[in-house]
Amino acid sequence: MTAVADNVEVEARIIARTARRLRHAGSLGVSGWIALGAFAAVVLIAAIGPLLVTTDPNAVSLSEAFQGPSAVHPLGTDASGRDLLARLVFGGRTALIGPFLVVLCSTILGTALALTAVWFGGWFDQMVVRVIDAIFAFPGLLLAILATALFGAGLPAAIAALSIAYLPYIARIVRSAALRERNLPYVAALRVQGVHGAWISLRHILPNIAGLIVANATLAFGFALMDLAGLSFIGLGVQPPTADWGAMVGTGMGGILQGHPAEALYASALIVITVAAVNVIGDRLNERSEVRA
Amino acid sequence: MTALLNVNGLTVKLPVMGELRTVLRDVDLELEAGKTLGLVGESGSGKSMTVRTIARLLPDGADVKGHVRFDGAEVFDLRGEALRRYRAGDVSMVFQDARAHTNPVRRMGDFLTEALCTNDRMPRRAAEAKAIQLLADVGISDPERRLRQYPHELSGGLLQRVMIAASVAVRPRLILADEPTTALDVTTQAEVMSILARMQAEYGMAVLFITHDLELAGAVCDDTIVLYAGQVVERQRSTQLHRDPLHPYTAALVQARPEIGHRARRLPAIPGHPTTAYEAPGGCAFAPRCRFAQDACRRAVPSLLQIGEQGSTRCIRMPDLHGRLLATTGAGDEASDHQRADAAEEATR
Repeated sequence: MTAVADNVEVEARIIARTARRLRHAGSLGVSGWIALGAFAAVVLIAAIGPLLVTTDPNAVSLSEAFQGPSAVHPLGTDASGRDLLARLVFGGRTALIGPFLVVLCSTILGTALALTAVWFGGWFDQMVVRVIDAIFAFPGLLLAILATALFGAGLPAAIAALSIAYLPYIARIVRSAALRERNLPYVAALRVQGVHGAWISLRHILPNIAGLIVANATLAFGFALMDLAGLSFIGLGVQPPTADWGAMVGTGMGGILQGHPAEALYASALIVITVAAVNVIGDRLNERSEVRA
Repeated sequence: MTALLNVNGLTVKLPVMGELRTVLRDVDLELEAGKTLGLVGESGSGKSMTVRTIARLLPDGADVKGHVRFDGAEVFDLRGEALRRYRAGDVSMVFQDARAHTNPVRRMGDFLTEALCTNDRMPRRAAEAKAIQLLADVGISDPERRLRQYPHELSGGLLQRVMIAASVAVRPRLILADEPTTALDVTTQAEVMSILARMQAEYGMAVLFITHDLELAGAVCDDTIVLYAGQVVERQRSTQLHRDPLHPYTAALVQARPEIGHRARRLPAIPGHPTTAYEAPGGCAFAPRCRFAQDACRRAVPSLLQIGEQGSTRCIRMPDLHGRLLATTGAGDEASDHQRADAAEEATR
């Protein structure tokens, strides 16, 4: 009798806890909302800014070099007399699309690899873990430099290299979460119904760890943005004259020495704001997924 | 005559912290199509492990010896697609904790239809219609609405009915019911049992029913097997189990139940604590707790002994104890000191 009473009580507690978690899941917290707002603003600028700014970001006018803000150039010009506002707005697209592609590739491939490894287990799982560890040993930047050395400098090579470099990071997290999920009783219940392993992995395990994956993809976006900006800064990523924040910090270096820090300052400020916002969002999402797990 | 399910000399060892620990020892059982076999025993006796072995749900690294044959085919030889078909069509399982065995983020409709959709290639709409029919069959009102609900929106009893509905959906030939009613309150328990019994009769399925409730086993099972420390200690007709147990352990379990109509001052508990297979002593595993134990019991592991037509037992003293196990006094009652102490206590009041 007491066992039954206990079970009812436990059940009531589980239901209450689930409800609490669902309510909690809706909140990002004040800092989270501010960060989300900042990130949305940056994305919006990059998305619709180029439609509003009619100035050509690549129009060189050496006579107008290093101008301060004016009606024609609201944020002034760079060393080649190019409009800074236009370059920042157009550069935002390159700066955001790059890390987005890196995160997309590494998350999809890493998740697929992790789920397969967890489902089959055994030697296959062990092999995947070793490969992941091996890739981990290479810093992302080093891999990217290697890739540009092989395939030539440029965004595609940098994105491909960083995707591979970020893959183990995602794969490791997904693997441990999926492993925990796979050992839960409901997976046994599905297996004994004869449901396909692939189906269980994609339709049951994946949705249950989706929050964690999104959180870590968000964090990875921040890191990828930094890494790609760094590559462009040293001239291995985005190639001139294409506008890009990281490249602008690089070309702006000369300006700083000549007393015109605007280009490097604006570009790095945007990078810092974006990365900080993305990291705060990622942290909040991570906390949420931990609360749920 | 071949049984639907035939388990022969099954010994299972599981890896625990780097060493293999025995959880099942030489388990034999057979179950004919359409029949119900009860599996009774205390926690750790190997009940769940037995059905998990039959469903091939053992953890990685488990060491299995012996045979599990389903319809003549060796279950442990099944690989890949054959194993999936065996699980999808031949056996299904009802678990004790329905809540833990459903995915919290998927609706009941997905849970009920996906096996039909993925295994039988049934179109979604047809599968949904069948799911509604199944829910109605297990006595769930408003099945259309239930299909769209999540597990946390359903009570434990409802969820267990959904589990039963899901397990009979593919018309399996064998249902492994692992304490399906233990987590439910008594009235719900009765309803769930009657649903299970009705489904069984309707579809002609065999049921391997795990419980630690001797009454329940007696009520719903044709035969009952009693497990102790990973071994079968007794097997006989369920109806006889209470009246004429064939093993001192079963007898002690029978005596330990409270009975309506008798005002018991104190229930005779079994001294000592349950033993798992891996820590079982040499000789009879139950000997340390048995009031009939003699030196001979501790010397060698007893083998299963046929007692006439009635059943079998793993007690070497059975031939001369038979029929006297439930008597509170009698010759051979060497270890009833605790009972005498009770009597003395009563006398002093």
